[in-house]
Amino acid sequence: MGAESPAPRLALRGIRKAYPAVVANDGIDLAVLPGEIHAVLGENGAGKSTLMKIIYGVARPDAGEIRWEGRRIEVPSPQAARALGIGMVFQHFSLFETLTVAENVALALPGERDLAALARRIEEVSARYGLPLDPRRLVHSLSVGERQRVEIVRCLLLEPRLLIMDEPTSVLTPQAVRRLFETLRQLAAEGCSILYISHKLDEIQALCHAATVLRAGRVTGTCDPRRETASSMARMMIGKDLPVCEHAETRAGGEARLVLDGLCLPAQDPFGTELQDIRLRVHAGEIVGVAGISGNGQQELLRALSGEVTLGRAEAVKLAGVAAGRLHPGRRRRMGLGFVPEERLGRGAVPTMTLSENTLLTAHRAAGMVRGGLVQRARLRAFALEAIGRFAVMCGGPEAEARSLSGGNLQKFIVGRELLQTPRVLVVSQPTWGLDVGASAFIRQALIDLRNAGAAILVISEELDELFEICDRIAVMAKGRLSPAARTRDTSVEEIGVWMSGLWPGAAPDAGEAARAPAP
Amino acid sequence: MRLRLEARPAPSRAMRYLSPLVATALTVVAGFIVFSGLGREPLAAFHAFFVRPVSSLNGLAELVLKASPLMLIATGLAIGYRANVWNIGAEGQLILGAIFGGGLALAFPGAESRWFLVLMVLAGAAGGLLWAAIPALLRNRFNTNEILVSLMLVYVATLLLSYLVHGPWRDPQGFNFPQSRMFADAALYPILVEPTRLNAGFLVALGAVACGWLFIERSFLGYQMRVAGLAEAAARYAGFSAGRTVWIGMLAGGAAAGIAGVGEVAGPIGQLTSSISPGYGFAAIIVAFVGRLNPVGIVFASLLMSLLYLGGESAQMELRLPSAITGLFQGMLLFFLLGSDVLVHYRVRLLPRAPAPREEAAA
Repeated sequence: MGAESPAPRLALRGIRKAYPAVVANDGIDLAVLPGEIHAVLGENGAGKSTLMKIIYGVARPDAGEIRWEGRRIEVPSPQAARALGIGMVFQHFSLFETLTVAENVALALPGERDLAALARRIEEVSARYGLPLDPRRLVHSLSVGERQRVEIVRCLLLEPRLLIMDEPTSVLTPQAVRRLFETLRQLAAEGCSILYISHKLDEIQALCHAATVLRAGRVTGTCDPRRETASSMARMMIGKDLPVCEHAETRAGGEARLVLDGLCLPAQDPFGTELQDIRLRVHAGEIVGVAGISGNGQQELLRALSGEVTLGRAEAVKLAGVAAGRLHPGRRRRMGLGFVPEERLGRGAVPTMTLSENTLLTAHRAAGMVRGGLVQRARLRAFALEAIGRFAVMCGGPEAEARSLSGGNLQKFIVGRELLQTPRVLVVSQPTWGLDVGASAFIRQALIDLRNAGAAILVISEELDELFEICDRIAVMAKGRLSPAARTRDTSVEEIGVWMSGLWPGAAPDAGEAARAPAP
Repeated sequence: MRLRLEARPAPSRAMRYLSPLVATALTVVAGFIVFSGLGREPLAAFHAFFVRPVSSLNGLAELVLKASPLMLIATGLAIGYRANVWNIGAEGQLILGAIFGGGLALAFPGAESRWFLVLMVLAGAAGGLLWAAIPALLRNRFNTNEILVSLMLVYVATLLLSYLVHGPWRDPQGFNFPQSRMFADAALYPILVEPTRLNAGFLVALGAVACGWLFIERSFLGYQMRVAGLAEAAARYAGFSAGRTVWIGMLAGGAAAGIAGVGEVAGPIGQLTSSISPGYGFAAIIVAFVGRLNPVGIVFASLLMSLLYLGGESAQMELRLPSAITGLFQGMLLFFLLGSDVLVHYRVRLLPRAPAPREEAAA
């Protein structure tokens, strides 16, 4: 590391930022040395994103100072940040689907007129850093990993001295993660500082030289992750040890409750994904996981399963032996299908309705909630109280509005609402996305308990760790196709990672070398 | 300095219900200014506009009489508005209701049964339903915009009525006035309070408001409509039919407006003429929002809107102000209501024009 320049490239002192409802950053100190890969570690809601927005000039701090190479500065805007030499690769990309790579890059570089010259520069930079990219391709044809390369190359053309990467690996296969790490190490070796935001402990241990840990808006520790264990960093991050789920071996031989038999579905919009010949069986008493990077057909599969999109062929989806492909969501629910969607607020629950009222959304067939067309409000309240009690939902009671709950508590409530209806088949999408460690463990355990009680469960998730923790079998979705399901104990993260690129045994030859990009 | 609206993290529930009162107060204040600007003595003008119309039994009866179609239509519209189904064409549906109900009265001039009026109400409801079904069908089939289609159909309805009373349904003994024969007694609502014009149409309106309340607040179907309005994705997730929401939302407003149309021709007018409504179908939109899309609130809002109609008439006669004064007050009320609602949900922040250096602020 650059021992000849002792001044940190970036130093924050006492940064504070308060929003009306929450203090997002409170007295944050942070120092990044030249050529250092510095992790900012914390759970969702710990204040990582706010801090990065302050550094990149998107938000302004209420108090505190920012020093850049020893000099005190203000960062009033992202333009000012870029002029200083700060680049940022966001978790959600900002690219125009219908333009080429070179055109997208040109839009971010003011005064760049000569597209041919720019294309040559893009090729130079991408070759130098091992980021293969064709500047003439249209963005909508790129995979997520390739899109991230466009964002990185766009930053690198500005020759940054500090690069901020916001949760960069959540959209990558394990193999692509390794390639990204090589690029980042090369950049650091050339003297560029990197702020690496993540909540994944193993990645930080593999990559970073230093780490600053945030919890609830405050710094709870700084460390050298190479000298720490995962559990010592977890304690800094969540204040206690990582919880572990109890997971007994599945009892084999349950009946096939959910059978997908050659499910095909044309793309619903120009950038959507076509589902091709999906085959899967989920038996009573087992959890089957669907891994894969978002945008490879998961949304389409979920809609086809829930009944929001009905299929031409009824036999493509069988629920407990009955062909259900043409049935609407209500009919499928009556057959024992439960469903936990990815978006909790606005889909799984109506934000401005109370928890009581939100029980009626899916549980209206249960517990005599509707009589003679009229809503029995006492029944709703009793059901909501039971969900709150049994699933440890922290809230202001059954009359609290859904939007007043934290993400984790609302998810517990929604999972509780579905589980109290004792579904025979449960479909869950991203069950712990954005949740803190405690709530995640609670929900995973609830799913395992439901499995042990004999339900068939299908979990669609981007988090490989989660799938390996709770699933009995794992299949992979790539480019609208589904791999065979492998027994969890017979496979590995490595193998699933290869499958995520569409390369599983017996895969159709046109499945391609790279997984498809998500729909906008 | 520049202004910025910032969403409030938790808009006050109390202020949401108080904002119609704030808007009413602001309308009165602005009215004072308008009267003064027109050279009228403000207090006297205020008295003539808001007090004198309701200081007699007849005045009170007129207040309720004019409030009846407003509360009826606004309740029907609120069912749709709660579900984000925007029926703007209640005026046209009212006219079709009048044509259907009135047409029945003209076809059977000798009717004597007291059930004949019930038939007329049903015919009027059918007329309103039919007219509202057109935008509903087009939206569900071709994804058209129901705001535009329902609004444009108002003008079609107006011309249809005009054609009928100038042509085939014109009273042969009517000295060529564009109006039909008078209806038979059995085709008229009985008077509730003699010697005023207040008739049983008010009871019909109250009954409809009660049904509307039960539907919106207590029924499962009403719950599904509310979910569709608040979170469309949640309605799809729960399997509530979007097409059915559009149908119910449009038809509820159409049926209510159609019944209100019968209430006019079988009530104070007693025949079909080329203009049977002073814009009740449009004023009811304001009533629905001032009443917070809640049937109980709508009853109060309809009385307020009715007072504006009476005050406008009184101001024309006593203050010799143009008839546009009614529309002016209605417009001010809606404007102040929308303005108050914005401030309930957002707060105004004054920001310096350019982000100034803030070295000293950090110490």
